[in-house]
Amino acid sequence: MAKPRILILRAPGTNCDVETAYAFEHAGGEATALHLNRLLESPQLATEYQVLCVPGGFSFGDDVAAGRIFANQIRHHLADVMQEFRAAGKLVLGICNGFQVLIKSGLLDTDDEQGAAASLSWNDSGKYLARWVRVSVSGDRCVFLSGCEALQLPIAHAEGKFVVRDETAFQKLESDGQLVLRYSEQSGSTDDYNPNGSAGDVAGMCDSTGRVFGLMPHPERYIDPTQHPQWTRLPQRDEGEGLQIFRNAVRYFS
Amino acid sequence: MLWEIDLHPREDVVDREAAGVRDDAAELGIADRLEIRSARGFLIESPSLQPAEVEKLASDLFADGIVEQPVCAAIGDPTLTATPGSAAQSDQLLQVLLKPGVMDPVAQSAEAAARDFGYPIDAIRTLRKYWIAGADQQQLEAIGARILANDAIEQVVFGPLPFDHLQLGSEYQFALQTIELESLDDDGLMRLSREGQLYLQLAEMQTIQKHFGQLGRKPTDVELETIAQTWSEHCSHKTLAGRIAYRDENGELQFENMLKETIFSATEQLRAGWGDDDWCVSVFRDNAGIVRFDETNNLAFKVETHNHPSALEPYGGANTGVGGVIRDTIGTGMAAKPICNTDVFCFAPPDTPVDALPPGVLNPKQVMRGVVSGVRDYGNRMGIPTVNGAIYFDERYLGNPLVYCGNVGLIPHDQSFKEAQPGDLIVSVGGRTGRDGIHGATFSSAELTSESDSLSGGAVQIGNAIEEKKVLDAILTMRDRGLYSAITDCGAGGFSSAVGEMGEEIGAEVWLDRAPVKYDGLSYTEIWISEAQERMVLSVPEQHWDEVQKLCADESVEATVIGKFEPTGRLVLKYDDQIVCDLSMDMLHNGRPPVIREANYTPAPTEPLNLPPRDNYTADLKKILGSYNVASKQWIIRQYDHEVQGGSVIKPLVGVQSDGPSDAAVVRPVLDSRRGVVISCGMNPRYGDFDTYHMATSAIDEAMRNCVAVGADPSRVAILDNFCWGDCEKSETLGSLVRAAIACHDLSLVLETPFISGKDSLNNEFSYVDSDGDKQTIAIPATLLISAMGQVEDVSQCVTMDLKTSGNLLYLVGATDDELGGSHFALVNDLKGGTVPQVDAETAKTTFAKLHQAIKHGMVRSCHDLSEGGLAVAAAEMAFAGGVGADIQLAKVSVGSDSVSDAARLFSESNTRFLCEVTADSAAAFAEALAGVPLAQVGQTHDDARLRIHGTVASEVLIDAGLEELKAAWQQPLAW
Repeated sequence: MAKPRILILRAPGTNCDVETAYAFEHAGGEATALHLNRLLESPQLATEYQVLCVPGGFSFGDDVAAGRIFANQIRHHLADVMQEFRAAGKLVLGICNGFQVLIKSGLLDTDDEQGAAASLSWNDSGKYLARWVRVSVSGDRCVFLSGCEALQLPIAHAEGKFVVRDETAFQKLESDGQLVLRYSEQSGSTDDYNPNGSAGDVAGMCDSTGRVFGLMPHPERYIDPTQHPQWTRLPQRDEGEGLQIFRNAVRYFS
Repeated sequence: MLWEIDLHPREDVVDREAAGVRDDAAELGIADRLEIRSARGFLIESPSLQPAEVEKLASDLFADGIVEQPVCAAIGDPTLTATPGSAAQSDQLLQVLLKPGVMDPVAQSAEAAARDFGYPIDAIRTLRKYWIAGADQQQLEAIGARILANDAIEQVVFGPLPFDHLQLGSEYQFALQTIELESLDDDGLMRLSREGQLYLQLAEMQTIQKHFGQLGRKPTDVELETIAQTWSEHCSHKTLAGRIAYRDENGELQFENMLKETIFSATEQLRAGWGDDDWCVSVFRDNAGIVRFDETNNLAFKVETHNHPSALEPYGGANTGVGGVIRDTIGTGMAAKPICNTDVFCFAPPDTPVDALPPGVLNPKQVMRGVVSGVRDYGNRMGIPTVNGAIYFDERYLGNPLVYCGNVGLIPHDQSFKEAQPGDLIVSVGGRTGRDGIHGATFSSAELTSESDSLSGGAVQIGNAIEEKKVLDAILTMRDRGLYSAITDCGAGGFSSAVGEMGEEIGAEVWLDRAPVKYDGLSYTEIWISEAQERMVLSVPEQHWDEVQKLCADESVEATVIGKFEPTGRLVLKYDDQIVCDLSMDMLHNGRPPVIREANYTPAPTEPLNLPPRDNYTADLKKILGSYNVASKQWIIRQYDHEVQGGSVIKPLVGVQSDGPSDAAVVRPVLDSRRGVVISCGMNPRYGDFDTYHMATSAIDEAMRNCVAVGADPSRVAILDNFCWGDCEKSETLGSLVRAAIACHDLSLVLETPFISGKDSLNNEFSYVDSDGDKQTIAIPATLLISAMGQVEDVSQCVTMDLKTSGNLLYLVGATDDELGGSHFALVNDLKGGTVPQVDAETAKTTFAKLHQAIKHGMVRSCHDLSEGGLAVAAAEMAFAGGVGADIQLAKVSVGSDSVSDAARLFSESNTRFLCEVTADSAAAFAEALAGVPLAQVGQTHDDARLRIHGTVASEVLIDAGLEELKAAWQQPLAW
């Protein structure tokens, strides 16, 4: 079986491309980082891949708003390519800044007749925050979360608060089973379990097919056991909990 | 036509910006309970933008409709100034804009994004708007000046904007400027030096006068500027690399080149002794020092300071400090890939009363917030984890805070050296040149005064991290394809120093009119000396130019040929084919007259320290935990991304709730390897008030302790020196520095720990005129930062400082002496005198080696070095970080003499000590591994969540406190 090919789509300011590619490779995929400029020149390049991943970072400096300029590039120039990619049964993953890009480009099925119904905005603290959180999986819609129940992962963002236009919009996404990853309480921790004030404790969501997934935490930062903040206190482990997300994507094509 | 798009928070969204301003106004005592509304805006200059297109930009590019409400209109329309929502009509509008020419990265990105809509856009600028009710004019002005805007880079407009188009610069008319030197007497030369912001000394001005006298012509302005940049303290380190006659209690020493004969010389001796095992690769020659890491890669390490810019504009100063040191490692060898940052700051205490601030000084809390934000925004955006740091507080940093920025890079063995070749093109890569940062190099070599703000506004800049990230991406690709023969950064002095350094052995011709500029109107001199950020200079063989240009374009990076390295031995600058500078490289680099200085040092006489009477020290412990230097820096650390690049092993905060202070950070830069890099630092300015020799050795010992405590191999630790001192024209000030350099030499040799790079920043003094009309000067304390970079073979051998489980034994490694001089026990109790900690070099070397073996072989469950606050603070931190209690018996502590008091056993800051947690099963092996080193089993861990420390007499309890109350005391002061 050929290894699934993963396109790591980077833009000016993307900075998690190397470790994200490593995570996919570690999970058995074949990852290639490609600059957005190349895809804009030759959109058909996307057809050569089974998984497209927008990694974390500060695309275009997060200037104007996080992920906004990258998302507009997709809306203006790559909308058809992305729809074809999804229609072909392929997978799309957005991590942190990648999640901000996906949600603002409409690829997570959050647009309705009134426009965008959900977005990611400034943390309630008004500040960038780097720490670890616990997240739990809701439902079984999302391909990337297959077999996962709860994960410990780091977050590192300023604009990660999941916001919705109103309660109706939230209920719609909820009942469609798209709100698949939630911040959850961790025994013994004194920190707020929801680090940014996200509506419904949402840490990640998928589109209506379950094959397009965006999340604020960084699964590529928990591949090796020594990445866990308490690894010197814990029993020895073979791997980090984030690896399962990449393995699920690779196995989907095996 | 000028349009404006404002983004208001929607009615149901908290206006956090306004709330912050309201709280700051209350905290600064300007006004309570103000009603404030805020918005951010974009000014859009366009020849033909239509209203519908403006609306489209507002909804599809600028506003997030879920949280923001856009307001669009042509400039002058009253809807733009009307108070939003229901607030009172009498609200005053304050608008804050960047001054023309200041870097505005958001506007740059917005311009490109708006053009992507297909609309004609000339320029975009950003602004912030505040509608304030309930304040009088005086209060509004105070809010504008002290909260909303920094006058160095921003302006406040009260009411509507007074312009209807954006200034885009005006065309430059070439005119060659020459300077009359020949007729000037000494006073005239010095006036020219000062007023021209050259900051050269008389002998140097006389040398230049003579040089042009012999040539029989006047210098051009750009020739003078080039010489001033190259000869500046910042670029040439002329004081410390100069001739110094030093005298102290041991006699006299004559140095021809002080740094070379102390610190460099120790490294040379070590390398010679190691022979084939020499693991240093490139030291004290390139932008960063390089040592061997593994079979494929080396490591480059550099720490810089950015003190004066940070004093004037904390955010921009720190921001560009980080950006600059990252360019140092990118510009090392053929380019290193940055893998982590370390940042150390020195501030006045943040609670310094506002009315105690001299004129021209920013509130230290504001400085600290700005510096932290500046470091955060650059490091995080570059995708470089900020893994290590420290902050020291002392009143003497009030007018002159210190900002040290460091960066580690990974570089392949065969890319570690460079050499520009005759005939190579000089290529500028990255940001455009603007008027920003003119005179940074010469300004940083001058003393700060209360007028520095207005004098040197041009030296203050804002960085654009994403530009630098793009440049990095392009450069690493070009490096791996072998497209250039040398690279360096445009730092202080801009093109002037970059081209001057690269072409020193060859010669260069530069065509200044070809350099891409941000706006029209720059003179040839401004282009040459501008310190605009995010620029690198490459030396590119002509046959590779096309590929360089294409690869840069692929990454949206601008690359421009601005000249050629010509084998003439001359530096020739042209503008529109006219020669504006023609200097010999020899005159530029070797023509400076040597600086000759006297240096004296008289150690302060030892005064006894009178201990306060005590039968319980719990309150002292809490006071030290809550002192600013020791207190938790969690507020800062959590704003830094310390895990990007995926190699984090030991984070800055560790323990059961990730809130204990780690001794050092460990990262694994190669993702499929187990080998780790360890970063730590040591600094103790308070010891320098006693003796800078012991301050320096203590700083080295501390940096080493921190490295070894997490598992670094002490025989593979490389260190950097950063001297920040006062005015070294004063012989006592220079004497205290020379003494510290001698100490660095001595301890480096015994520990076999090489210095691989360093930097100095002199003239860190602040002068002002007090209310009586007298000149006052505040000099910073002598401040030596030692940064250490260690290595660990397999990161799974690393340990953290948090206690792991109850029922384990606690061992104190190292001997405790009565060394409370300069200690934090003395600080919190306002005690003077005492003996400052010293380092026993041989014992230190043995201790580090043996403890490392014990850690490497898994005998140690947790380990923490003893520093500020001594044993009591170390034990408290380990206990509350692990959530595990401990009992300690002071009677068991190994002491230098029996007379060491309980207070000293608790709080003495004697060097080379560690507290280790060891399981009962490992105890015998641990004791054996540490044989020959002072060692005592001083306590044990237990289930009760308390720390108890028993005195030497009848085991009375001297400290007894719950872990939560200790942690609270430690966390509270800086929990902002």
